[in-house]
Amino acid sequence: MDHTGLHEEKKIEEKSYKMAENKARKRFEKLVEAVFLFCAFTAVLSVAVITLFVFARGGPFIFEYGIGKFILGRQWQPLGDVFGILPMIVASIAGTFGAILVGVPIGLMTAVFLSEIAPPKIADITRPAVDLLAGIPSVVYGFFGLVVIVPIIDKWLGGGGNSLLAIIFILAVMILPTVVSISEAALRAVPREYREGSLAMGASQIQTIFKVVIPAAKSGIMAAVVLGIGRAIGETMAVILVGGNTALIPDSILDRVRTMTANIAIEMGYAFGMHQDALFATGVVLFIFIMGLNVLLNLLTSKAGD
Amino acid sequence: MKDKSIKDRILRGLIWLSALITMGILVWIISYVFIKGMGSISWEFLTGMAKGDGEGGILPMIITTFYVIIISIAMATPIGICAAIYMVEYAKPGKLVRSIRFATESLAGIPSIIFGLFGFLFFVTALHFKFSILSGALTLSIMVLPTIVRTTEEALKSVPVSYREGSLGLGASKLSTIVNVVLPSAVPGVLAAVILSVGRIIGETAAIYMTVGMAPYIPKGFMESGRTLSVHLYLLAKEGISFEKAYATAAVLILLVAFLNFIAKKTASALDRNKV
Repeated sequence: MDHTGLHEEKKIEEKSYKMAENKARKRFEKLVEAVFLFCAFTAVLSVAVITLFVFARGGPFIFEYGIGKFILGRQWQPLGDVFGILPMIVASIAGTFGAILVGVPIGLMTAVFLSEIAPPKIADITRPAVDLLAGIPSVVYGFFGLVVIVPIIDKWLGGGGNSLLAIIFILAVMILPTVVSISEAALRAVPREYREGSLAMGASQIQTIFKVVIPAAKSGIMAAVVLGIGRAIGETMAVILVGGNTALIPDSILDRVRTMTANIAIEMGYAFGMHQDALFATGVVLFIFIMGLNVLLNLLTSKAGD
Repeated sequence: MKDKSIKDRILRGLIWLSALITMGILVWIISYVFIKGMGSISWEFLTGMAKGDGEGGILPMIITTFYVIIISIAMATPIGICAAIYMVEYAKPGKLVRSIRFATESLAGIPSIIFGLFGFLFFVTALHFKFSILSGALTLSIMVLPTIVRTTEEALKSVPVSYREGSLGLGASKLSTIVNVVLPSAVPGVLAAVILSVGRIIGETAAIYMTVGMAPYIPKGFMESGRTLSVHLYLLAKEGISFEKAYATAAVLILLVAFLNFIAKKTASALDRNKV
């Protein structure tokens, strides 16, 4: 009797021990989940802190100096405390626009080549090439632009070569891999039936590509363009190396220009006081451009998801 | 497949021409840099100290680049993997997930010069880390975080649901399923994410220039300034110090990136095999 009683007791003890162990285990799993969540939240935290620091440092200057005077001012003379960044805004927009004008058609057609008409063997060489193009450091592009493209422009068109045109060329090359890979993914996502339907109706392959496949992939291609714009407007070192960096509104494509990014990177090294504030304020204006693009991109990709 | 009209033929020609231009530019850049740079790459160049402002060898730059890579990756990888695990294995659709996703996308879109400004304000100035390897590595770890999160997410998603069901069915908890079953199958994807990030760090200039600085010496610790290979190339080209050394440095950078791309492709194909 005693024996079985002892046994029962032991069983109950074991059971409660197991339950405690289970509870501890569950608590541990909850804790780990919380750690995972915190890590996922790091991205939100980082964006918040970056935005806060850059705006807190650069924002006040814009209001003290005057929004209109700062953004629409045509003169940048740090020594005379004159800080107008219109020339830089114009240069950034003109360089980016030109790069999109040149880079997007070539990139989109390369994507069409890869997804629709390339023989598999050629596609297998082209795709890694595009990846490598994406991996080449931006400073190498800038250096190549400086030693190859700038002299070519100087030789054929004159003006010294350091120019808006050189910026456009280099940025067009730099956005190519982004445009190609995102557009290719968008084209590949178009269902096979679309193509078959079009071909069955008697359309040629080329007609099918341009009248059916590309329109169907529109929002993905737009996302590629927006990402390309973001990359072009944010590029710094390559642009400094080929642009000539004169803070004047360009009259022609052969003029030397300075972008917003170049303005920050060139002068940050020795600026102090109000001059340094003005550079951070330039960063704020650039940041606002980028945020606008991000919102646009978010709208485009969420639409593509529907 | 025959084109019906002249218009079709022209458009087809344009498509081929575009692909040719894309390939041609890559070949042009790489062959130009190699032809001009390979002659100057020697053992002394790779293992020598820098002299003056850019002459001499690039050993200090290689070491600084290496330090920045190690610390950035050591910080970003665990956080990125855990974040990806949360997004794929735990998160339920809703406001929180949407905001995390939007933040990750935004972070990927912020230009490196803004990261530079932030790193300078926060790590260099506010936290008094000065211009140092640590300031740069912390800045860069935030910068590569989206790459690691998104690539790891893709790798986790590619692990078949049946693996998870099998493990859960045998009585394993969710956590031990993730740790023992899901993560091991996703290892090649995670490795590819890390390699991609290393490539990005090697190529980064603006953000490093503003946080690590440009001292051309071998750093004695993580709190010291240094000069990475990319910053070195920028200074050589910008100040016109030595184009010969600039070509050689550019060739070294392209070789590094090409090597990393090759390794990334190998690990990614290991993931594909895994899927079958």
